[in-house]
Amino acid sequence: MYGLGLFKGLGVTMKNLVSPSRQFNIVQYPNRRASPFDLAKVDNQNPVSFIATHPLKTLRSLLGLETITDRMPQHANFRGEEFAWYDRRCTGCASCAKYCPLGIIKIVTGTSGVNQQEGQSYDIDVFDIDIGRCMFCGLCVEACPYDALHMGSGFEEGKYRRSDLVINIDQLKSAEKKPSTWFRPQLTSRGHDPIKGSTADWEEVGRHEKPSLEDQSERWAKR
Amino acid sequence: MAPTPALFISFESLQIFFAGLIELIGFGESFKWLATLLAGISISFLIINVMVMATAFYTWFERRMIARFQVRRGPNRNGPFGMLQPFADVLKLIMKEDTIPDEADKPVFTLAPIALLAPTLMIMIVIPFGTFIDDQAFLSNLNIGILFIVGVTSVNSIAIFMAGWASRNKYAILGSMRGAAMLISYEIPMALGITSVLILSGSLAMTEIVSSQSVWFILVMPMGFFVFMAASTAEMSRTPFDQIEAESELGSGYNTEYSGIKFAVLFLAEFMAPLVTAAVVTTLFLGGSRGFDFLPGGIWFALKMFIIIFVLLWFRSTWPRLRIDQIMGFAWKTLFGLGLFNIFLVALEFSLADQFGGLASDKVSLTPKYMLIIGAINWIITIAIILIMANVVGRKKYTRPEPTPSPLANMGIKES
Amino acid sequence: MATIRTEPVTINLGPQHPSTHGVFRLRVTFDGEKIVDLEPVFGYLHRGTEKLAESRNYVQIVTLTDRMDYVASMSNNLAYVRTVEKLSDIKVPERAQYIRVISVELQRIASHLMATGFLLNDLGALATPLVYCFRERERILDLFEMLCGARITLSYMRPGGVFQDAPEEFWGSLNTLISDFPSYLDELESLITTNEIVLARTIGVGLLSDAQAIDSGVTGPMLRASSVKWDLRKANPYEIYDRVNFDVPIGSSGDTYDRYYVRLQEMRESIKIISQCIEQIEPGPVRTETPFFIRPPIGEAYSSVEGPKGELGFYMVSDGGISPYRFKVRAPSFINLTPLRDMITGWKMGDLIIILGSIDIVLGEVDR
Ligand code: SF4
Ligand code: SF4
Repeated sequence: MYGLGLFKGLGVTMKNLVSPSRQFNIVQYPNRRASPFDLAKVDNQNPVSFIATHPLKTLRSLLGLETITDRMPQHANFRGEEFAWYDRRCTGCASCAKYCPLGIIKIVTGTSGVNQQEGQSYDIDVFDIDIGRCMFCGLCVEACPYDALHMGSGFEEGKYRRSDLVINIDQLKSAEKKPSTWFRPQLTSRGHDPIKGSTADWEEVGRHEKPSLEDQSERWAKR
Repeated sequence: MAPTPALFISFESLQIFFAGLIELIGFGESFKWLATLLAGISISFLIINVMVMATAFYTWFERRMIARFQVRRGPNRNGPFGMLQPFADVLKLIMKEDTIPDEADKPVFTLAPIALLAPTLMIMIVIPFGTFIDDQAFLSNLNIGILFIVGVTSVNSIAIFMAGWASRNKYAILGSMRGAAMLISYEIPMALGITSVLILSGSLAMTEIVSSQSVWFILVMPMGFFVFMAASTAEMSRTPFDQIEAESELGSGYNTEYSGIKFAVLFLAEFMAPLVTAAVVTTLFLGGSRGFDFLPGGIWFALKMFIIIFVLLWFRSTWPRLRIDQIMGFAWKTLFGLGLFNIFLVALEFSLADQFGGLASDKVSLTPKYMLIIGAINWIITIAIILIMANVVGRKKYTRPEPTPSPLANMGIKES
Repeated sequence: MATIRTEPVTINLGPQHPSTHGVFRLRVTFDGEKIVDLEPVFGYLHRGTEKLAESRNYVQIVTLTDRMDYVASMSNNLAYVRTVEKLSDIKVPERAQYIRVISVELQRIASHLMATGFLLNDLGALATPLVYCFRERERILDLFEMLCGARITLSYMRPGGVFQDAPEEFWGSLNTLISDFPSYLDELESLITTNEIVLARTIGVGLLSDAQAIDSGVTGPMLRASSVKWDLRKANPYEIYDRVNFDVPIGSSGDTYDRYYVRLQEMRESIKIISQCIEQIEPGPVRTETPFFIRPPIGEAYSSVEGPKGELGFYMVSDGGISPYRFKVRAPSFINLTPLRDMITGWKMGDLIIILGSIDIVLGEVDR
């Protein structure tokens, strides 16, 4: 029957207009307008008491002036920016630099002193990752034999200059370590989820069990 | 129709008001022209401002609504529910550089937006939109109101052609050539649709048309409504007839080269068209400001306009566009025929009803009973004709043979 | 009576044009609205993938293949790693093959959704079907994010398998996706397939006969729409395609409508394949240990897969080193453009756009 297809189409769009289950799962970035219910949820109150106690906020939110932030529902495997690098694990082997398709990891090592983590290792003077050119393929992470380098989990790394995008060793050392579980099944099995905000320190990220204290003192002197 | 004078805004009442004012100040009879001028200026001021604000709101509504159809959110950042978005857009456009291409025909290029906006605004003069107190308010009760509308809308095509031609841009010319061809073609079905209304109403004045609709004309002659609706959708270049812009084909059509405030004006005219069309359709087919008594006429009018606008948006967000030759074919092969047939049908029915004594007391329109009878017949005929036509044409054109694998290649080969 | 002198107009469609699907330029000569001549110009997105590959090692090239057909990187990855495996004779564990097939079929659905959506967008449907398609594609990208941490440039496969097994929650989401999907496709069909405007615009437009299609080397849905039953998954089964049942949908005449409809049916077949894979898959390793730098023996290999756009093949010559000596891509989008001129001349402006849209090109792949 020709002549009805047009109206079938109208039916489909109408269905999508009205049915809540067909809505696009949109996360409004960086924040979204909050209804009083959202605000009550943030405040951990029930909506009625929230409206009673915060009339001004309720009014503002009805006028669309209150905002709350929403997070992307990412998976823990997400290959984010801001690499998580553990200087206590890194031996300076430069496998990561060698494996990077773009050659954007710059490592300068010195031989002075002895690093006692996994036997002999270099001192690392420079460890620059130019995330302005990085494509977050993760091959460097895959290459790292000592589980020292991990993908990060964030994505909000906008800077005003290209040169600011180079993450240097101090930033890497001081950054909050929220490694992605990408290519690190040991992190998944330990229940680590960077999106939920859990951090991991250098002892936890390795693929081996965390060595006991005696083991550590026996094999690795305090740094 | 004696409206409440205090709230009744029309050219005449304003003229009287200003004449009184002038007399109060102490000028004599010789300054009567001043009253006329002032009344005209106030009316224009009123129309322009009301329409611009309505259009601003309408752009927000359209974007928001289409976003909802497309399961998106739509503008929601500026002001409550994003309602200030149109103002932000206008501000942006005003602050942009107003470029005119070197090769452009500058006077025509500058005039085109105005030529497009003015007729759209002028249509609003004759629409009896009803006030919130009384049913019959209008800015000017021209006794040839509908003829005025037909005349004024024709200016659109020349404005679009001016814009495209003056831009010296191939896309713009292509768009405006399409526009000229299409708009002129669709004037005819539109006029045919209007003619059938005139048969039933017996008057060209918009107020008379409204008052004769004891039964809405959409119920009496759906075919006329269909023809008029399709034609006016094409006139304002909306999906499925949006050939003039056709953003996936022509970039932006006739307004490719426009920027800044000129673009804003073009944009305004373009977005005002649905409002105006909805107002005209409401007046012609949906009984204007007629409604039940518990709400004033103005609200009924707005409600009906809203429904028409919503339906137009619904179409716009659902259907793809037709190709230009199909659009022209649709105008001349389908709508033209349907329009003529509709006139024939309505005229026949009208005279038959006249024979049976169906004329109302005003001697030009029919009584509701006869209108309903005619309406029932017309609905059946309309649906039958449209379905039969669609199926005859469709079966011939769109029936697909069963796919048979081509003998030229076979998939039996299996390498290791 | 004096005749009006007219002359054809040449218009540059692109490289910046809303409907050329990227930086693709067409020099079209119009006679009024009718197209009398057409010359595609491309290379605006040329990045020298083939040359770059010669200075990368075999794993690093995976990241290059992501960026060719960027709406279907999974298929590119598969085609590439299969060539490396063929070249250096690497065996792939069974579970890895299943995961690869699942992800490639998901990618095929995503790519076809995008093709359909953009075709409708070109038809002027104001992006509504496009957004509906994107809504579903987004769910597939979410699955990819679970699988490999990225949504577009996936780099999921490695010579010898895939780099990591799918997380637990992947399977649950995959199951809900494939159970929802047929109803969604029905909805899309009732929006598009029976729409008279779509029928009027697409039926008989841009005809490509079977002989013409074979002569120009066209592959993929476009070839099948011209009623040639040719699908590498059936004709030359790779991975585990010989263990699953599916049909190869074909069109009846090779017009734009057929190309749309074949894609739609292929999505249904992909769902079938995925659900069979889910039933058959068994636990096991997902990656054969390969050396850090793969050094294939001296030789050459060509391997191809049925990508969403057509036969996607990689040809590689190895000189025994850590990177290929020569690297060549048979890009289906590029070769599918061969009959473009024949298909388009004689049609109108609006048809040009939809014919181009129905070919479903991705400029990253055309220009490489
Ligand atoms: S993620 Fe890829 S591009 Fe970025 S530093 Fe690591 S290897 Fe290089
Ligand atoms: S591969 Fe790992 S251990 Fe080696 S230099 Fe890089 S981060 Fe350090």
